[in-house]
Amino acid sequence: MSTISLKIEFGGGLELLFSNQRSHRITIPANVPPEGSDVPSKPVDITYLLFWLRDNLLKERAELFVENGTVRPGVLVLVNDTDWELEGEGEYQLKDGDEIVFISTLHGG
Amino acid sequence: MPPRTCALCNDARAILKRPKTGQQICKECFFYVFETEVHNTITEARLFKPGDRVAIGASGGKDSTVLAHVMKTLNERYKYGLELFLLSIDEGITGYRDDSLETVKRNQQQYDMPLKILSYDELYGWTMDAIVAQIGKKNNCTFCGVFRRQALDRGAAILNVDHIVTGHNADDIAETVLMNIMRGDIARLGRCTSICTQGEDTIKRSKPFKYAYEKEIVMYAYFKKLDYFSTECIYSPDAYRGHARAFLKDLEAARPSAIIDIIHSGEAFEINDDVKATQKLQQTCRRCGYMSSNELCKACTLLEGLERGMPTAAVTDRARRKLDADGPVPENLRTIPLFQLPSNLRQNAATAVEATS
Repeated sequence: MSTISLKIEFGGGLELLFSNQRSHRITIPANVPPEGSDVPSKPVDITYLLFWLRDNLLKERAELFVENGTVRPGVLVLVNDTDWELEGEGEYQLKDGDEIVFISTLHGG
Repeated sequence: MPPRTCALCNDARAILKRPKTGQQICKECFFYVFETEVHNTITEARLFKPGDRVAIGASGGKDSTVLAHVMKTLNERYKYGLELFLLSIDEGITGYRDDSLETVKRNQQQYDMPLKILSYDELYGWTMDAIVAQIGKKNNCTFCGVFRRQALDRGAAILNVDHIVTGHNADDIAETVLMNIMRGDIARLGRCTSICTQGEDTIKRSKPFKYAYEKEIVMYAYFKKLDYFSTECIYSPDAYRGHARAFLKDLEAARPSAIIDIIHSGEAFEINDDVKATQKLQQTCRRCGYMSSNELCKACTLLEGLERGMPTAAVTDRARRKLDADGPVPENLRTIPLFQLPSNLRQNAATAVEATS
């Protein structure tokens, strides 16, 4: 099974949900099964990554990270230092070596 | 998806979608429009004049860290002629404020601004840790809020500045508009969108980030690699504000202009004269000299309750009556030092009295 490696960064307090560690390197499958199938035929996207992070890396209070199938409102996502809103949000297809940053805006100013 | 070019310079690659306008812009254009919009907010409201001494209320969090950076940048770029200071309040919350104050101390070096830290302990004789140990986690935000407001003014007086700028952003103000509507607090609803609050002889408070989206403030801090601290207060956060905030963030996700739209609605409300008339006249606290709408200011009442072991006295009317029934104020009661306005405001106040006499 082919895999891709990603660099994941958490900031703005989100790191507290991930063992208080800001930077993580992970390896995930390059292709995943589309909904209703067992055959890994679809390139992995950020939506898949969100649930992978929740199930494999997150240590506490999952509701502060994901909500209704996407990031909780108020969490900013950057793909290689670009706002994910310019990259198709959850549908962005991940590539080997991508750097994904999650920043919470919800902590006091 | 092919890379998109910046809607402003049509040259560099876009890195951000602006929530206010939906425009896709590059990093350099983003810095420039963000700073310029704050500059426009400042000049349109005529917040400053050359020679003003201005304190930046600094918590070490994202908003005040970005505010300090932007104020320094604009003061140099547009020659405002301001003398800038950092003013921090140490509430005495171990594991929260002590860490965030380390960030403010680094900001002092990075931005080369004088820093004053004033603690609840030195001003009131109580840290928030000690207050929570006595009263528990319920209602402690009331104490913290009242004490912080007064501590900022006292810190400003010590620095001899007559103007404090705070990092309140557009999201904060929209949240406050919603909360005031939901609580039916119409008097506050009328005031909460003002960029600047001041009386003739009080220390000015203003909010240069009034129209700045939280998303852009956080993106600005990220792309400028600013050093800020982000941890939630360890004592129970304001639950009501939390609901308003979650609601607002949901609205924003559906329609990003919601935040600015709510602020505009707040600004457009006209408050009925009957409502205005119910606001109490300002006087000075007979115990500490601070501005107050009663004989005793809120902070003095709260402190008296703490000292006499009846800390809910200022929170409920019933408890206040119980406190009064318990006997007169003890002679040796700890009080807050006498409040004095910064020297230039004292002169203003004196002139005002002469003029009216």
